[in-house]
Amino acid sequence: MVPLHWYLWLGSVVFAIGMFGFLTKRNVIIMLLSIELMLNGVNISLVALSHYMQDLRGQILVFFIIVVAAAEAAIGLAIVIALFRNKATAHVDEITGMKG
Amino acid sequence: MEINIQPLVPEIIMAVLALLLLLLELFVRRKETVGLLCIASVTVAAYYMPQSFGKAFGGMFISDGYSVFFKFLFFINLILTVLLSIRYIVIERVNHGEYYALMMLSTLGMMIMASAGDLIVLYLGLELMALSTYILAGFIRHDIRSNEAALKYFLLGAFSSAILLYGITMIYGRTGTTGIALIGAALAEGTVDPVLLLSVTALLVALGFKIALAPFHMWAPDAYEGAPTSVTAFMSVGPKAAGFAALGRVFLTGFGPLTGEWSVILIVLSVLTMAVGNILAIQQQNIKRMLAYSSVAHAGYAVIGVIAAGAEGLSSMMNYLFIYALMNIGAFAVVITLRSEGFQGESLHDYKGLSRTHPVAAAVMLVFMFSLTGIPPTAGFIGKFYIFKAAVAAGYAWLAVVAVVFSVISAFFYLRVVMYMYMHEPEGEPLTLSLSPAIGLALLITTVMVLIVGIYPSPFLAFARIAAG
Repeated sequence: MVPLHWYLWLGSVVFAIGMFGFLTKRNVIIMLLSIELMLNGVNISLVALSHYMQDLRGQILVFFIIVVAAAEAAIGLAIVIALFRNKATAHVDEITGMKG
Repeated sequence: MEINIQPLVPEIIMAVLALLLLLLELFVRRKETVGLLCIASVTVAAYYMPQSFGKAFGGMFISDGYSVFFKFLFFINLILTVLLSIRYIVIERVNHGEYYALMMLSTLGMMIMASAGDLIVLYLGLELMALSTYILAGFIRHDIRSNEAALKYFLLGAFSSAILLYGITMIYGRTGTTGIALIGAALAEGTVDPVLLLSVTALLVALGFKIALAPFHMWAPDAYEGAPTSVTAFMSVGPKAAGFAALGRVFLTGFGPLTGEWSVILIVLSVLTMAVGNILAIQQQNIKRMLAYSSVAHAGYAVIGVIAAGAEGLSSMMNYLFIYALMNIGAFAVVITLRSEGFQGESLHDYKGLSRTHPVAAAVMLVFMFSLTGIPPTAGFIGKFYIFKAAVAAGYAWLAVVAVVFSVISAFFYLRVVMYMYMHEPEGEPLTLSLSPAIGLALLITTVMVLIVGIYPSPFLAFARIAAG
């Protein structure tokens, strides 16, 4: 049987990749994808923990996270489209109308 | 198994009425009616609030004095911002009915957050609140600044909720539960280890993003400046108060045994927040941006109440947020009246000579600026006084001194607005204020309440103290 800490390491690595991507990439779509990676890193850890502890709470939270992530992606893309109509860019370094 | 839904009745009413409003909006031609229906729906939910005390779903949802206090705060926030919006969204040419439904759904999310007895419920409430607010921030679709505000708010909000989830995962793995009270019980007997500290930090960072504590405040000035002003008023009060409600519940109940560890981090963040908010506000020329930094600074003051802990600290924090809601929405109401067709009215220079052209508006703004500074006899003084009193009583006298020093600095930029209004001659074309009965009512309520709380605070203090238990 695969030991628990393998899953936890996988989860944390996926989360870290997502976080790294969010902080270094400058394209909004890639940033959205990075957030999805972070959430899925969390999901892996939660399912593993939930299975090893024989406790359902973790899996319930995973369902909620999947649902909310879908809503979040819908809203995020809608905002990007609204922005794209006014200024044809998806590059955050060019979206700097406000400063200070 | 019998399920007791009594504690959820106000939330259920809010959810059902918000969705009904969304449907009704299709058939109602005059969108002002939708706004009024929104206020009526909130009143119905508030009516059922006193009967809602209790726990539901095995302690996952708690309706107690603490949550009811915050829910009334959210209702006041919603009603006042709807009053501000009715005329304003016509001027901005975004007079759509779903605006009001989104505000109700966001408020519903805040209510769930305040009542969360479990981290899963907390997460759901937080997301409902945040997702609705992202849309509201970008509601002026044809304005690039509004798009930009929504995008920045969304990206950092989604990032912070991923961090929150990772913190929840670690605490779940460590204690085997997500119930806030159960976590507190499990931590009381265990030892402190790095995983625990990491999860506490993750939750602190995530909630710090929501209440805009420095250094997690970067989104706030841009989101507040670009969003429609009525939404800025809404989101500078509601989500912040909801974040504080969650912070108080999670850290004092769940992480109570670790108070020594997290209070150190929170003290550093509090001082940093007050410094960043007050000092960066000085150089702002846009009043919305100035008020955004001011709201960052106010989060720094209110956090002192959480650091002081106990019933005294919590009640001073709740009292502060109540007063902050009144004075901040009031200040934004004045900013909104300056906006008219083809005139932004967001620059500080637009306030020059306001006392000559519009003496009443200038006087009202004067009250709010004094209150935000913390000058008696306004409510802002009472709020700060009790926060500092709680800090001194908890043995953080030096923190209170630091906070006083920063409020003195804050006088510079608040009173500069007053100076522009009273000591400068009007320049350029004469201003026309866009007034309506609704915004007049909102201004009347906030001004009168700021003065009443400032002069006779005891009933409000007693209310907060009973609510904090």
